[in-house]
Amino acid sequence: MAKWQEQARERQRRLDRARPFAAGKVAPAENAKALLEAVIRPGDRVCLEGDNQKQADFLAESLAGVDRSLIHDLHLVQAGVVLQEHIDLFERGIARRLDFSYSDPQGAAVARALANGTIELGAIHTYVELHARYFIDLTPNVALIAAYSADREGNLYTGPNTEDTPAIVEATAFKSGIVIAQVNEIVDQVPRVDIPGDWVDFIVRPDRPFYLEPLFTRDPASVTESQILMAMMAIKGVYAEYGVKRLNHGIGFPTSAIELLLPTYGERLGLKGKVATHFALNPHPTLIPAIDSGWVQQIHSFGGEVGMEDYIAQRGDVFFTGHDGSLRSNRMVCQIAGLYALDMFIGSTLQIDLAGNSSTVTAGRIAGFGGAPNMGADARGRRHSSDPWLTAGRQAADAPSPLTRGRKLVVQMVETFGEGMTPSFVERLASLDLAEKLNLALAPVMIYGDDVTHIITEEGIANLLLCRGPTEREQAIRGVAGFTEVGRGRDRKAVEALRARGVIRRPEDLGVNVLDASRQLLAARSIEDLVSWSGGLYRPPAKFRNW
Amino acid sequence: METFRVQGKATGRAPGERPYALVGVNASGDLEVLVERVLPDGECAVEVATQVVGFRDVWQAVIEDFFDRAPVGGLRFSINDGGARPNTVSLRLMQASRSIEVEP
Repeated sequence: MAKWQEQARERQRRLDRARPFAAGKVAPAENAKALLEAVIRPGDRVCLEGDNQKQADFLAESLAGVDRSLIHDLHLVQAGVVLQEHIDLFERGIARRLDFSYSDPQGAAVARALANGTIELGAIHTYVELHARYFIDLTPNVALIAAYSADREGNLYTGPNTEDTPAIVEATAFKSGIVIAQVNEIVDQVPRVDIPGDWVDFIVRPDRPFYLEPLFTRDPASVTESQILMAMMAIKGVYAEYGVKRLNHGIGFPTSAIELLLPTYGERLGLKGKVATHFALNPHPTLIPAIDSGWVQQIHSFGGEVGMEDYIAQRGDVFFTGHDGSLRSNRMVCQIAGLYALDMFIGSTLQIDLAGNSSTVTAGRIAGFGGAPNMGADARGRRHSSDPWLTAGRQAADAPSPLTRGRKLVVQMVETFGEGMTPSFVERLASLDLAEKLNLALAPVMIYGDDVTHIITEEGIANLLLCRGPTEREQAIRGVAGFTEVGRGRDRKAVEALRARGVIRRPEDLGVNVLDASRQLLAARSIEDLVSWSGGLYRPPAKFRNW
Repeated sequence: METFRVQGKATGRAPGERPYALVGVNASGDLEVLVERVLPDGECAVEVATQVVGFRDVWQAVIEDFFDRAPVGGLRFSINDGGARPNTVSLRLMQASRSIEVEP
């Protein structure tokens, strides 16, 4: 006879063990280590909330300091491996196995730990993919999360940085797991309830706020004229061409340049209201001029951005905000929106090969995936149509029929050379060498070539939808690869033939005047300009202030 | 510091009347281009002074591509390079050839 309800009994045993270290749900910070030792068992799956931005850093530090004879061989299942403490957990033997999504800040340390066996890798996921597995086979036994404030009942306010918390807590709390939140303050009443108190078991208030990284701020002062030229080609050759209204912008200077050109160059082309009206997007400060000049109608956000809080609170007509006024982000929901409700993703990468596969793996660094692969992929379950989606699908089909499905536009914007004259176009992705070295079953690819529809460089736009066969595709890519080895290895005749067919379009083919590619064209040329566009509501973090 | 000259043939005189134009800045990662209408109609040339040595073949490729793309008969371009990437060189040369054609 099976013994049922064992998970609920195990949960109760853990709560009983923890009781001495908390008064109700509130545990003093100095008891954090004892609390963790009471509720975590060896071999547990633990989510130590490390999102794209918000970090449960105090709980990470506490977990890294527990008695190794009590807690060991944990299986970490978390979006971000971002903090030194995340690495320490493996080096101390407290954790052994890892399933994650994003590790850019610790990219070199993760690659080293995988190579020497300190970390046993489950898999590298995208965000929504890892969150999905929380509900199937990677459900956390214990979740250690971060919130701005809590009341004594455990109701949490996660505010602008709600990010991954709802997905983590839902998976843990409803599968007899234990949820512990570090909070910046304990209040009588939270501004709004982002996570209901009965899903939360314990709250701890450290003597410092959780760590938060401003990841999405790009200083307009650093936008170059080459990037402006690329942005002009993108607006004229893709946004206007397909009439793209619903989209996501990846992080990077080329997309920032587009944001800063919408109210100037876009306006001049008469595109206001016709393109770029609805976004799935983190609150990029460089979008402020486009929002304030009425270009953007609605934005749903994966996460928040430091300094944008007051601005967003006054732009509730555009952003999703609570009744308290502040932003409500939600990564899992926004990722799903990105998959099914967008017609275009446009973003940058570090390496593209001759088939259009792209990767951010460089020698000895594993940055993980984050959300870009889902934004930059066609969702084959989509069934509603739109003009850009249908046009893209028909361009790709050899013989379009009434049953030809549409497809998402996936645009890679990349300068032909990166930092220190590193070519962005390569014959072989560095990712393949890394996969060989680490014995990975699958080399990490950020966006697969068969999902990419356009590549934009300073030299022009390659429309891969119009290519027929791998040879044409290779020449289309070489044809915009500039003066890299790959670009100089082009078959000039083949490239001119592709240009004649409109597969490759140069600035002069698009009617883009190179003399317009000037910083004068940017709606804001500095962080200070963004502050004034926002009427003083945008408060840039100290590292971006230079006046 | 490296200096060299790339010479080319042109099919006809570059359009416009301006005698010279200047684009860009001699800053790190950028370059300054002075273009002057001083050569015979069938000739063109680029004179390069760069702080970065060892990329002659790339310069040659960038300049030859530029001669193919732009009307440059009679023009001499003088480049003061602060270590710009090839695409920036290409953009500045295109801007220079457009600038001498149109009044600012």
